[in-house]
Amino acid sequence: MDLASILLGGLAAGMVLFVVSVGLSVTMGLMGFVNLAHGGFAMLGGYAVVLAMRHWGLPFSAALAFGFAAIAALSVLLERTLYARLYRATELDQVLFTIGLVFVMIASVTLVVGPESQRVVLPAWLDGQTDLGFLRYRTYSLALIGAGTALMLALWLGFERTRTGARIRAAVDNRRMAESLGVDVGRLFTLTFALGSGLAAVGGGLGAEILGLDPQYPLRYLAYFLIVVAVGGLGRVTGVFCAALLIGVLDFTLKIYFPKGGTMFIYALTLALLLARPQGLFGRKGA
Amino acid sequence: MAGAPLPAARELARRHRLQWWEALPWAAGLAAFFLFPNYLAFGTQVLVTILFALSLDLVLGYAGIVTLGHAAFFGAGAYTVGMLAAHAGWTEPLSGLLAAALVAGLLGLVSGWILLRTHGLTLLMLTLCTMALLEQAANMFSEFTGGFDGMPGLSFKAIFGQFEFDVLYFRTQYLYALAVLFLGFAVVRVLVYSPFGRSLTGIRENLLRMHAVGAPVRARQVLVYAISAALAGVAGAVFVQATGYVNLAVLGLERAAGVLIILILGGYGRLYGAFAGALAYMLLEHTLSKAYPTAWQLGLGLTLMLVALFARNGIFGLADALRRRWSAR
Amino acid sequence: MKAKTLLTLVFAAASLTAAGAQAQSVKVGVVLPYTGVGAEFGQAVDRGIQMFLKLNPAAFGPYKVELVKRDSKNPSGAEAKTAVQELIAQDKVDLLTGFIYSPDAIASAPLVSAAKKPMVVMNAGTAWITNLSPMISRVSFSMWHSGHAMGEAAAKLLKAKTAVVGYSDFPPGKDSLDAFLRGFETHGGKVVDAIPMGGPGQVPDFTPFFQRAKDRKPDVFFVFVPAGDHAVSVVKTYAALGMRQAGIKLIGPGDITQDFKLQAMGDDAVGLITMHHYNADLDNPANRRLVAAWKQEYGANAVPDFMGVQGYDGMAAIAHAVTTLKGKLDADQVQAALKGWKYADSPRGPIMIDPATRDIVMNEYLSELVKKDGRLYQKNIGVITAVKDMCKELKQGKCAN
Repeated sequence: MDLASILLGGLAAGMVLFVVSVGLSVTMGLMGFVNLAHGGFAMLGGYAVVLAMRHWGLPFSAALAFGFAAIAALSVLLERTLYARLYRATELDQVLFTIGLVFVMIASVTLVVGPESQRVVLPAWLDGQTDLGFLRYRTYSLALIGAGTALMLALWLGFERTRTGARIRAAVDNRRMAESLGVDVGRLFTLTFALGSGLAAVGGGLGAEILGLDPQYPLRYLAYFLIVVAVGGLGRVTGVFCAALLIGVLDFTLKIYFPKGGTMFIYALTLALLLARPQGLFGRKGA
Repeated sequence: MAGAPLPAARELARRHRLQWWEALPWAAGLAAFFLFPNYLAFGTQVLVTILFALSLDLVLGYAGIVTLGHAAFFGAGAYTVGMLAAHAGWTEPLSGLLAAALVAGLLGLVSGWILLRTHGLTLLMLTLCTMALLEQAANMFSEFTGGFDGMPGLSFKAIFGQFEFDVLYFRTQYLYALAVLFLGFAVVRVLVYSPFGRSLTGIRENLLRMHAVGAPVRARQVLVYAISAALAGVAGAVFVQATGYVNLAVLGLERAAGVLIILILGGYGRLYGAFAGALAYMLLEHTLSKAYPTAWQLGLGLTLMLVALFARNGIFGLADALRRRWSAR
Repeated sequence: MKAKTLLTLVFAAASLTAAGAQAQSVKVGVVLPYTGVGAEFGQAVDRGIQMFLKLNPAAFGPYKVELVKRDSKNPSGAEAKTAVQELIAQDKVDLLTGFIYSPDAIASAPLVSAAKKPMVVMNAGTAWITNLSPMISRVSFSMWHSGHAMGEAAAKLLKAKTAVVGYSDFPPGKDSLDAFLRGFETHGGKVVDAIPMGGPGQVPDFTPFFQRAKDRKPDVFFVFVPAGDHAVSVVKTYAALGMRQAGIKLIGPGDITQDFKLQAMGDDAVGLITMHHYNADLDNPANRRLVAAWKQEYGANAVPDFMGVQGYDGMAAIAHAVTTLKGKLDADQVQAALKGWKYADSPRGPIMIDPATRDIVMNEYLSELVKKDGRLYQKNIGVITAVKDMCKELKQGKCAN
């Protein structure tokens, strides 16, 4: 099998991981809050996309935008009413809360929509294969790669070149100092949380084609999202991007040559990486 | 200056002494045996989970090590007993427990030595990865482990040659689990109030100072991790001996995350938090799922959220807060 | 302690009501995953059970049937075992049924043997499950039913000479591989590669495995993955890699074309050939009636699938036992009544419980997916009648016990 196919396949999978996990990395890095319900927002986003397309006939892109907005709004509501109370709590209480929240999300979706998995109907321009000249490849995978890269660039620009981005980076690195300089950290939290959850929602919708979409989604992929965040380094968009792609490509490649080992390689790889660099690929030492 | 010791010192010196109410859980455990003879299979599961949660409390509550991979040791103990029984014909239960403790403890020693140089999210992920690796390995070598379908029909010799395992009513299993839990608890209690245990609390509360006074921090952490692993292995062993069946689920994230939730719910660092958490969570889950087979997760999730929001450090934390409010009147 | 007093009261109340209702009723314990990863399968079987009761109100005669439902939660077997123990000891059911996942059935076997309670398996497909206890009978399938038959059909009907097998790396997958290999090679074919494709837990990306299969250039590519999301992913990957254009036919057991996931597969699935004991497009009167009633009850987009039919047939078996024994369900007599039981009115065609193995004997239908009236439709292109579980028949591996 040629290198190009392997690379493209791995990159596409990695992109999905990136889009979902980047929000988790930023919120954990910024707020220091262990949000294990992040996968739940991704799932709810996926369902929002599917239901919008099915019941309101929205086209795919519009449905994704709707998913972003809806879940971002929901997350603001939850953040202001519930999450904010736990900012001063121990990490373990945060774990307890967010796991409870995930259970509620899973059960609610199961009761309202049903336990069956949902399917996203791709628009014609995203379906089928594309001729790249040297290779014919799955159009959707190519689209994912493009979308993921564009998103990464947009986020990077946002963080590096805007005032708000600078404030967020400052607050991640040293919250007290940022506060004493007049940065409204509380509002930043809400904004970042909304952005992160909205992105997760988009990831859920985009990734449904590859990762599937059913009520068990949040718990099934939780380990993967956490791994990507840990390997990439907390709060680092470029870090998460590289980690997600690395894990995607390596897992894909190893599966071709060692199908029996399967998912074992992701774990072995993460172990090796984190032992060599505990702060993640791009994280700050001693964070 | 000579004279009566300060109240604080007196309090600290007294803490390790047995209180009268510590007999209650064991009395309740025995009483349950007579009051609920048809629920002893469930009861055995609760006892096994308490022991597992207790082992986690050692590392989490006392040494401050947060791990999402403790089921690795539970599973190691479980598979040790299972494979000894299925492949080597070794079905004596008590020596099986010992073997499980040894294997799991050794695994804890090695992995602790490698992993405990990290902390926080990194450590969390490393423990998770170790456990997942073991799970995949068990799947890969399914000729030995039975893989997803597991090893069914494991039967064990009678305990002391006298007490046969009771397939249908789980009577022997329940008392066996209770006895093992009692012994395990005794070990943990003695450990926690020993100088070694005190130094663990020191490591958890003020790492810098412990380094400054020259305490062998890493060594202590690895040691308690290994002891906790051995204990978790024993819990896994009892689980397999009681149910006669082992499969990949003993190494799964669901079990590891479940025991973590249970400990947080009950209150960690409190010894009896494991008891409270396991009983509360499993009873709630059991009764809810019987009443609402499709919707019980909702009720359980809401309960967890409420406890996290309003009770710092779980059930025992809640009890503490209430007691303080009462005595403040 | 409050919880315990409450439990004691509930226990007392329950036993009082149970004592009153005992007269002419039969208690059936139903162990299914109502939550968790298997929830949609639990729902399918549960609906099948309800449909039988609805369409055959006289099936149980004058005897009332009381279903006691318990959630088996996750496929680890431990929850199922606890549920079965309580159903036997506490609820005092007359027999047990359900069991989606093999570990659930496997874990429960020693209990039903010790307590002597009949157990009618409505799904769990590991071949040697029926050997675990004389109390177990099965109305669903074993992986060997479809696997072996497909191997035979691939060689004889599809005239394939070479095959690659892709399978999920857990016992049903390995069973399926062994079964297909036996059937295919006995009839002149050759399996050139067997590719394990990750575990049943997550839905892995199949592209690397399928690419490897494509590189081998076989006549047919036999794929087994657990029913559910995996199957949809299989079809998409097959299309995405252009394997049909490369001349490789995609075949498999009907698990990969589970009826309520079928329409989701889209046009990519056209041409897929499967071998199974049921699909919703089977043309017989019982099935037409079931499909119509199902749509009426659960919505126009709902459709029964093989799990639903297994629930349906399981209740038929239980009804037979109850009416034959006039409500007095002695375990040994139940098993005797079920052995050799024939049911001509099943939506999947005539079925029978083999008296020698207590496993199901049924037709296996070879179907090709075509597009008709704008939807995907299973076209029947062949049938093998009265298929037994070949694993036990040929005494392969663990089935020899």
